Amino acid sequence: MNPSEIVIWFIGAGLGTLLLGLLLKWVDRKVTARVQWRVGPPWYQPMVDIIKLMGKETLMPVTARGTGFLLAPVIALATMAVAATILWRSLWDPSSPFLGDLIVVIYLLAIPALMTMLGASASGSPHASVGASREMKLLLSYELPMFLAILVAVARSGWTFQLGGLVTAQAQTGPVVFSISGALAMLIAIICMQAKLGLVPFDVAEAECEIMSGVYVEYSGPALANWLMTRAMMLAVMPLLLVEVFWGGLYRQAWWGFLSFLGRYVLLVVLVVLIRNTNPRLRIDQTMKVFWFGLTPVAIVALVLALIGQAEGIAWL
Amino acid sequence: MALTTWALRKSLWVYHVNAGACNNCDIEVLALLTPRFDIERFGMILVGSPRHADVLAVTGVCTRQIMPRLQEVYMQMPKPCVVLAIGACANAQGIFTEAYHMGAAVDETIKAVDPSAIIIYVPGCPPKPEAMIAAAVKGMEFLKTL
Repeated sequence: MNPSEIVIWFIGAGLGTLLLGLLLKWVDRKVTARVQWRVGPPWYQPMVDIIKLMGKETLMPVTARGTGFLLAPVIALATMAVAATILWRSLWDPSSPFLGDLIVVIYLLAIPALMTMLGASASGSPHASVGASREMKLLLSYELPMFLAILVAVARSGWTFQLGGLVTAQAQTGPVVFSISGALAMLIAIICMQAKLGLVPFDVAEAECEIMSGVYVEYSGPALANWLMTRAMMLAVMPLLLVEVFWGGLYRQAWWGFLSFLGRYVLLVVLVVLIRNTNPRLRIDQTMKVFWFGLTPVAIVALVLALIGQAEGIAWL
Repeated sequence: MALTTWALRKSLWVYHVNAGACNNCDIEVLALLTPRFDIERFGMILVGSPRHADVLAVTGVCTRQIMPRLQEVYMQMPKPCVVLAIGACANAQGIFTEAYHMGAAVDETIKAVDPSAIIIYVPGCPPKPEAMIAAAVKGMEFLKTL
């Protein structure tokens, strides 16, 4: 790729993911409303929220360290744009991306959580510091099972750490999820996705009625809009990663390929929303127990199954 | 009317303060979130932090103790914002006026820190949820003139 092409991809994928994420936020709010027998907001509501916040003033708490406080949301948003670009690019053209882009994406997806901690700590609010400490524990909880689950897909695709390689391998052998180890890994990845998105039952970091939006408590105006956009992009990017790694990516040679991609993608999003609506919030200690003593052993079992399947040539294991 | 003002009218986020209310107005405020009234249709949601809010919904008489806190919460809200004084108490301290533990009425309390504050009064004891929706619509109409 030449530089101008990279810039076009970056701007297109960044803005597109932002709009898609805001639309998915609406799906989230609408489905939530329907579950609660309400009508719910109009489709443009999340976008209006962002525009409104752009017009409000940014208040700086007296106790805040300005640089970290205001820089954190900007870095988080930029990171999400880069991650979105890599993912869409490798989805569109599996042959082109660089070596090891899967590892880069995993690192990039961890940065918004780190920035949340930084911004929350910089705000100097006790509520935010409680939220930051919970966010940190949450990150420590879900990263390991998430990475093990992705490793299952990597092992099944012949140890390629390239998103494009994963997609191409799945095009030949069938999606990872249609095997015992792959299904287990996908299940774990969905639960980790829920935690990464910070949605119920894993929304301890910003528990609204408990520590008043926790990490975001001191943010207002454009800075808050930045956080909301980051989270919206996260909502668009995480199902995309799962579809690419576990569920076969995009088949571009026929029109039904796009349709089937859209179906799988929306299915994952609606699953996230339904999990969020049918579960109570877990305490942080319960969350850590779920991830460390529940999901991590299952992920290791899935990885062992995948390795046995690869060594013995058993496709369904 | 600027784009951001239009957006502000379409997405009013509410922060609710109980300034010494008897909880009667508060349960009517909560009724706004139920399927029967569902103010999320208009983009209004309850938020947990005054920093996120556009509307300060105040219920109660505003006692001496809460007065400085209410002013502090108002100062913490990013402008432009609207104050919604809900119920007879919040409007003019109701039957508790001239009692020993009263501060100033909600509007006077807010205007002491910001003389140009936008204050909407919702009379009633307690006001019906319909009255609060009507007040919110009036607030949206007023925001057009900003």
